[in-house]
Amino acid sequence: MSSYEARIEVGHRPGILDPQGGVIERALPALGYGNVSHVRVGKSIRLAVEAADEGAARAQVEEMCRKLLANPVIEDYTIELTETM
Amino acid sequence: MTTKVGVVTFPGTNCEQDVAWAVKVLGGEPQVLWHADPTVGTADAVVLAGGFAHGDYLRTGAIARFSPVMDAVAEFARAGGPVVGICNGFQILCEAGLLAGALQKNAGLKFRCQTVELRVETTSTVLTRNAAAGQILRIPINHFEGNFVCDEPTLKGLQENDQVVLRYVENPNGSLDDIAGICNDGRNVVGLMPHPERAAEAILGSADGAVLLRSLL
Repeated sequence: MSSYEARIEVGHRPGILDPQGGVIERALPALGYGNVSHVRVGKSIRLAVEAADEGAARAQVEEMCRKLLANPVIEDYTIELTETM
Repeated sequence: MTTKVGVVTFPGTNCEQDVAWAVKVLGGEPQVLWHADPTVGTADAVVLAGGFAHGDYLRTGAIARFSPVMDAVAEFARAGGPVVGICNGFQILCEAGLLAGALQKNAGLKFRCQTVELRVETTSTVLTRNAAAGQILRIPINHFEGNFVCDEPTLKGLQENDQVVLRYVENPNGSLDDIAGICNDGRNVVGLMPHPERAAEAILGSADGAVLLRSLL
């Protein structure tokens, strides 16, 4: 068995309104940052998982994303895996 | 015979007593159910009351859908039993896949607590059979995440199958197609963001919610 750290980023699916991103995007120019656009706010989830290999670890994290960590109706996700030992 | 209404209560639910009271006032028999219950008991109808089930951690309704009682609620719904989700209950039904779509943060990022006007779009559901099509109901909303969203084919399906149950006369939260409530294919599962139990007696400022809740009884 190997240990992996998974970093999961959950964000809005394209086309889904991101009200928080919109508010931040409108606030930044007030501070002088007028050249910023496409602000999106999401969630970052980190977890440790033990698995036989990276493929097994990734498959399990994918499954957990589909079942709980993200709602496929409004969210998508990316997974980064790092072996920790 | 008196209709028994099971009122599902999760840790963090806070409207179960209001729903139970309204059911009683309208002539039904409320039975408060705990989220860890393995069955819905002898209930003839089930209401998932509003609040913040399991703290709404991760997403509204995301954890609640895994509570033991939800398997029983899904089974009850599959058998054709009437199931209504109010506010947080609507969010839970969406997460559980018993209703289409999802509810996200209000478009203006404002918590909306106000009485709104709703138009009854269909009367062939367990919650609207006592209403008249096109009837306007004044019922309070009280939510931060009531902005209904779904993909284009799902919306088209809801519209074509007459599954949009209630629409806001003036959209308070950015909800897609002004949707305030929807039902499933079988028309026995209904979710809505407004709180009919808070408008079930004239003393509350409106008794229009009774039109909906009586449909269940």
